[in-house]
Amino acid sequence: MVAQVGLTRPVAGGFRANRREALFGGLCLCCLPTLGRAAEGFALDEVGLGIFIRRGPDAEATADNADAIANIGFIVGERSVLVTESGGSLADGQWLRAEIRKRTDKPISHVVLTHVHPDHCFGAEAFEADKPVFIGHHALRSALDARGEYYRTRLVEILGADRAGRVVYPTLEVADGAEVDLGGRSLTFHAHGTAHTNCDLSMRDSASGLLFPADLLFVARIPSLDGSLLGWLKEAEVLKAMGADAAVPGHGPTRVAFAPALADLTRYLGTLRDETRKAVAADMPIEKAVATIGRSEAKNWALFDLYNGRNVTQAFKELEWE
Amino acid sequence: MKPFTAALALSLAAALPTAALFAGPVLFTGAALAAGASDTDAERLARWNEIRTSIFGDKAVQPTDTLVTVDAPVRALDAALVPITLTMPEKDKVAGVSLVIDDNPSPYAANITFGPAADPGEIKLRVRVNNYTNVHAVVRTKDGGLFETAKFVKASGGCSAPMGMSDEEAMKGMGDMRMKFAEAAPGAKSTEATLMIRHPNFSGMQMNQITRDYTPARYIQKVVVSQGDRNILTLDGDISIASNPVINFAFLPEGKAPVTVVASDNQNGRWEHSFPVPSPSN
Repeated sequence: MVAQVGLTRPVAGGFRANRREALFGGLCLCCLPTLGRAAEGFALDEVGLGIFIRRGPDAEATADNADAIANIGFIVGERSVLVTESGGSLADGQWLRAEIRKRTDKPISHVVLTHVHPDHCFGAEAFEADKPVFIGHHALRSALDARGEYYRTRLVEILGADRAGRVVYPTLEVADGAEVDLGGRSLTFHAHGTAHTNCDLSMRDSASGLLFPADLLFVARIPSLDGSLLGWLKEAEVLKAMGADAAVPGHGPTRVAFAPALADLTRYLGTLRDETRKAVAADMPIEKAVATIGRSEAKNWALFDLYNGRNVTQAFKELEWE
Repeated sequence: MKPFTAALALSLAAALPTAALFAGPVLFTGAALAAGASDTDAERLARWNEIRTSIFGDKAVQPTDTLVTVDAPVRALDAALVPITLTMPEKDKVAGVSLVIDDNPSPYAANITFGPAADPGEIKLRVRVNNYTNVHAVVRTKDGGLFETAKFVKASGGCSAPMGMSDEEAMKGMGDMRMKFAEAAPGAKSTEATLMIRHPNFSGMQMNQITRDYTPARYIQKVVVSQGDRNILTLDGDISIASNPVINFAFLPEGKAPVTVVASDNQNGRWEHSFPVPSPSN
């Protein structure tokens, strides 16, 4: 029923407008002067009815961008608001919270922590006063224990202590699946096996049918492998079987056709797997593997040179004992 | 030369509290802010002098450009797995080689002594690097000389990086080994080999994700590789060796005796495996 990318123009009449009124308590969004313009220069795309996503730039964390590099946003239900990703720092989370408040006064009931990486979970502190349910994978807590302070130290170095944000733990730990009702729409969660990381959580919106695979789906920006290469390829099949037409990736455009975007990702991961297996079989030393594997993909991804070698190292470590 | 001990680690214990903070893969930039990055050349030289004296005593260690070279990535992609290649072109002179990672909490990473069955031209190892650091190689020649060279490596957090799995999972198959022999060129006397050992090589600086305590150090201390009764090499290792150690070396096969590997760790683990040597192709 919903909605192509950039549904920010006024929609006249009919069910959709009524529904819009229901969601936003009668506020006419198109008349809000701030719509689509963020304080720090970011736009929020309305990628589905009541679903607003900011595209994170394909960059590394810097003092200037406040680690606001992931696709973050929120979903508005009849009763309350769910934050799809908290942001990369306290500053990023505060920005998102301000954007939410420009659009709706409904309570922020849920904040999703999709996995342990700092560009996704260090904005959580900005929402603590709302006392939301923080939703995370059952393995997120231990992953935050192992890495959270390290990430915070690094963020403080880059952004300063007042903008970095604290480690916030999930209060709803998803063991397998979970469902959250925002009124008029519900979100279904799936805790994945080790893939991008060991704590990846995906989400599906009932109203729009949109899939939120978080960093299980990178688009345009090179995927970073921090869990299991074979596991990620396996979980890609799990995502595929969910049958979504469109998705909001963790990085890249705010809304994409799901099948081709996933095909791009699995092509890269498959290349990594096949060429690494070949290198291991040929007794290629790891430093040579790092310099040669995956080069055919260089043109397809932003930040390729920063991450590919590291991905090869991870893949090699995983596959050399097969 | 002093025996291989942890005493050096204690002398540099000041590095530990901060080092323990560096735990994850470095997925964002700003690596230049690592603790050791602002050290001056004079400070690095002083540190090396302290380490050198602690390992080699008052013996002179001369610089060399020819007896040994260190190959390592200038900027490590994964601080917990930094591939190092030591090349020793004048191999007939070489009795052994030591690897020192100056700014690691326990700098003396490895000491290799070559036996009569070794071809000591090249050694590859994988190490952890905790900080921006010089990596020193010191060759011991058969006539008792010591010669050093160094390479600067940028990395941080390698010693405390979590394994990304439970300790139990990391210890699965501990002591399993594999050996791969490269196909020797016809007529070649030397055979290249890759030894892989399953072992987490816990550094003592990694946090257990379940108990939230630091996992006690458990690392491979000694690896003895021989063919029959001819020793190929003996490696003394430490917490700076990456988990699931992989060592590339070359040896001079003789007869049909298998290559045996005896590995032991600091908690009385001991594992022994034998690998048949491929018969020469000519």
